[in-house]
Parts: sequence; structure tokens; C-alpha cells
Amino acid sequence: MKKLAKVYLALVMMFLYVPIFVLIVFSFNTTKSRSVMSGFTFDWYIKLFKNEIIMSSLMNTIIIAVLASIVSTILGTAAAVGIKNMKKVPKAIVLNITNFPIINPEIVTGVSLMLLFVFFAARMNFEFGFVTLLIAHITFDVPYVILNVMPKLNQMDPFVYEAAQDLGCNPLQAFFKVVLPEIMPGVVSGFLISFTFSLDDFIISYFTCGSSMQTLPVTIYSMTRRKVSPEINALSTIIFLTVVVILVIKNIVEIKSNAKEKGERR
Amino acid sequence: MKNKLPAAPYLVWMIVFILVPLIMVAYFAFTDKDAHFTLDYVSNVAQYTPIFVRSIWLALISTVICLFIAYPLAYILIGMNTNIQSTMLMIVMLPMWMNFLLRTYAWMALLGNNGLINALLGLVGLGPFKMLNTEGAVVLGMVYNYLPFMILPIYSVMVKIDKSVLEAAADLGCNPAKTMLKVVFPLSLPGVFSGITMVFVPAISTFIISRMLGGGGNLLIGDLIEMQFLGNSYNINLGAAISLVLMVIVLLIMTILNQFGADDDGVMVI
Repeated sequence: MKKLAKVYLALVMMFLYVPIFVLIVFSFNTTKSRSVMSGFTFDWYIKLFKNEIIMSSLMNTIIIAVLASIVSTILGTAAAVGIKNMKKVPKAIVLNITNFPIINPEIVTGVSLMLLFVFFAARMNFEFGFVTLLIAHITFDVPYVILNVMPKLNQMDPFVYEAAQDLGCNPLQAFFKVVLPEIMPGVVSGFLISFTFSLDDFIISYFTCGSSMQTLPVTIYSMTRRKVSPEINALSTIIFLTVVVILVIKNIVEIKSNAKEKGERR
Repeated sequence: MKNKLPAAPYLVWMIVFILVPLIMVAYFAFTDKDAHFTLDYVSNVAQYTPIFVRSIWLALISTVICLFIAYPLAYILIGMNTNIQSTMLMIVMLPMWMNFLLRTYAWMALLGNNGLINALLGLVGLGPFKMLNTEGAVVLGMVYNYLPFMILPIYSVMVKIDKSVLEAAADLGCNPAKTMLKVVFPLSLPGVFSGITMVFVPAISTFIISRMLGGGGNLLIGDLIEMQFLGNSYNINLGAAISLVLMVIVLLIMTILNQFGADDDGVMVI
């Protein structure tokens, strides 16, 4: 039984990782072939970094992701605080609408925003690009912030906030000095999720970016539409290694903090 | 803390950028190019029934395959000791952090007529087989991309099952297989249902996977919508009508499945 489990695990891992490793190996190939290794080279990496379209869309992606996640974190955290104070029915309505971008197929969210922009672009004379993209990203990010902050707010002792006010804080001070530190883990994870979703998003960006502005995933898509280009392999390798490094660091930090907690408890 | 005011900016945002766009979809679906009311576009959707059927069918097959791969995997994971468990889970989820375009592209390279699989088969004198641009390739792409969405909710429900319940079952005379069937499986159902929705919804609405791995011959609903908005057959009214139908289908399925689903499906827990 144990052996069978190991074989099964190995098979699933192979399924998950073989395609990625093949990409990585062929990113060093001297020719464009995807089946024969003819020699080792870093050319595709050099070409990748010299490719202005890729580099500028990478810049766009990072700018959009940073801005969208900051705005959505602020907007979403404030929203969660306000929504918590609502009466039952309006609260349920707001939370249900908030859930829409999460449960709806992404393509429908993308299309619906595109229709909105098309409708107003014709009447108000603006073009698709940075602003529409940013609005779209904030729109699909905020629900995740609210979803992450809400439980932390619910766990919090409501009297702490009142106590802070009794002790002379005004509501703003009470929020920043007492409430915010309490809900910080939710705010941070909301921010991180927003950031990763924004970096990674293709479908909604694809419908809302127009022709002048491209994010990295949109550029990748247009590259895969054209002929084979080993630069994508090089890019995949870099992205994969970045992800591995980040996750390993994150895990080490977690294991260390867990060990520390255990030690303190003793 | 009785103030609702902090929610005000978000409420405006929500109405303008979540609610109004959805109303726009309905508005464009029920009007023609001169903004007159019409049912033409919505009724025209019926002529694409074969595409809808294919999308639902392929999404269904992929969901079932994901379930069959993920369930034993989750069960194996919870049997491991805690430290290895979290590392293994991280390894299983890691590919998900790469953009899905790149993951799909990886399979394009593997499955192609000049791809690695055919090259390897050629060495032993087989093939080349046509694997790219088939329905099978689309299903494979869906399974590959969405498998983590099935593993995660099942795992997070299973890991919460109290070990003493399993021991109790064993004490009361269940063999491992019977414990699995009568105790673990019923308790893990909420995770299974969450997993099904999390795989089925993106699978039924994808257009990238079908475009990249299915060639032009395996159109799905997503492709159909994309073509109306950004493709050759620009017709946003028809596109809106198809989107509306897709949304209704998905919401119906979600409502049914949510009756059984878990409350927290650990969407992005790593």
C-alpha cells in the first residue's frame, strides 16, 4: 500500500513537472527545435532581455499590479469595516454582489467591463489603455481583500475599539492604533493575493487593455500565437525559478516562526 | 464601531464597475446596434447549441478526471507526517504559480507533430501521432491547468477529519477500505463539491486552452465569445447574449453544487 502510494505520487509529480522541465531544458537549446537538443546556449535569455516589447509589458504588469493591489487593499479594508456595521439585509446584498467577480467566469467579468468601457468610450471620448486596465484590475482584486479582511474583523473583540475611544482616541486613531494591527494579517494576505492575481491575470486584461497597452501575459499570448519562439521558454524558466525561490523563502520563514512559537509556548 | 461610512467609496465602485457592467451585458444582449429592443441575439444563441454541448462535455470530462487524480492524492497527502505534508502540498501547488499560458504552451511543445513525445515515440518506431489540435489535447490542458483547484479543497477538508474518528471506525470493525467508503468519503464530500465548481467553471469558459491545444476545430463557448469581441466576427450584441447564457448556466450549476459545498474551500491557501 505504502509503495503504491509512492508510485502514485511520483506519477502525479511527473505529470505536473515534466512539461515545465522540458521548457526549461529547451530554453538552453541552440536551435528552435522543441524535440532535439543541439547544443547549450544563453542566447534566448539575452534575446529576451533585449526584447523591448516584453520588457515594457513586464514594466506595465508590475506598475499595474502594484497600483491595483495598493488601491484595492485600501478600498477593500475600508469597505470591510463599513460592511461589518451594516444591517443584515443590505450586508447580504453587498456581499453577494462582491462575490460576483469571484464566482463569475473570468471571461464574463472581462466582457462586462469591456462593454462598459465601450459604451462610455464612445460617449466620453477616451481610449482603452492604462486607466481601463487599472480599473479592471482593482475591480477583480477588491473582493479578495474584503474576503480576507472580513473574517479577521469578525474575530476581533468589538469592545477593544470602544475601550480605545474611552481612553481618549478619536475614531481614526482608534482604527489605526487598535483595529488595524488586529486585522493586519487579513489585510496583508488580501494585498498579496491581489498582487499575485494582478500579475498573473490574462483574461480580464486581454479584454480591457486595448491595443496600445499590453501586460506581460497579453504579450505572452500574442507570442504563442505567432511562430515558435524559444524566448518564451527562457521567460518561463525565469518565472519558474522566481516562484520557487519565493515559495522556498516563505516556507523557511514559516517553519522558523512555527518553531519559535513552539519554543515560546514551552 | 457603528460607522458604515468607510464602505461608501467601495459601494460606489461596486455599483459602477461590478453591477453596471453586468447590466450592460444584459442591455447589449437585448438590444440591436441602434439600441432598439430585440430578442434576435438571445434566440440566435440557440444555433450554437453544439458548441455549448461540447464545452459542457469537455469541462465535465476534465472535472471527472481531475477528481479521480486528486482524490487519492489528497488521501495520500493526509497520511504523511505534518512537515513532509506541507512541503508536498507546496510542491503540488507550485506549477499553479506559473502563468497558465506558459503551462499550456509547455504542452503545445510536447504534443506537437515535431514535439518531444512524438520524437521519443519515433525512436521506437511509432507514430508520429496527431495529438495537438484534438479534443483529447484540450481535455489534457484543462486537467493540467485546473488539477490544483481540485486537490486543494479536497485536501483542506480531509486534513480536518479527526484521526480518532478513523480509529473508532477501525475499532468498530471496519477494514481500511470500508473506513474509506463509510467515513472518509462522506466527510470529504464538501471539499469534493467545492473542487468540482472550482474546476468546472474555468473549464467551461476557457478560450485559451482550446485555442492553443485544440486548434481551430474545437471551438468552445469562450472562443465564441472572444470572437465576437476581439476576433474577426465582431458583434458585441451577440457576444453579450452568449455571455449572458454562459453566466446563467454557470450560476445555475454553482447554486446546485453550493447546496453541498464546503463553507471555506481554502481558495488560495498555500
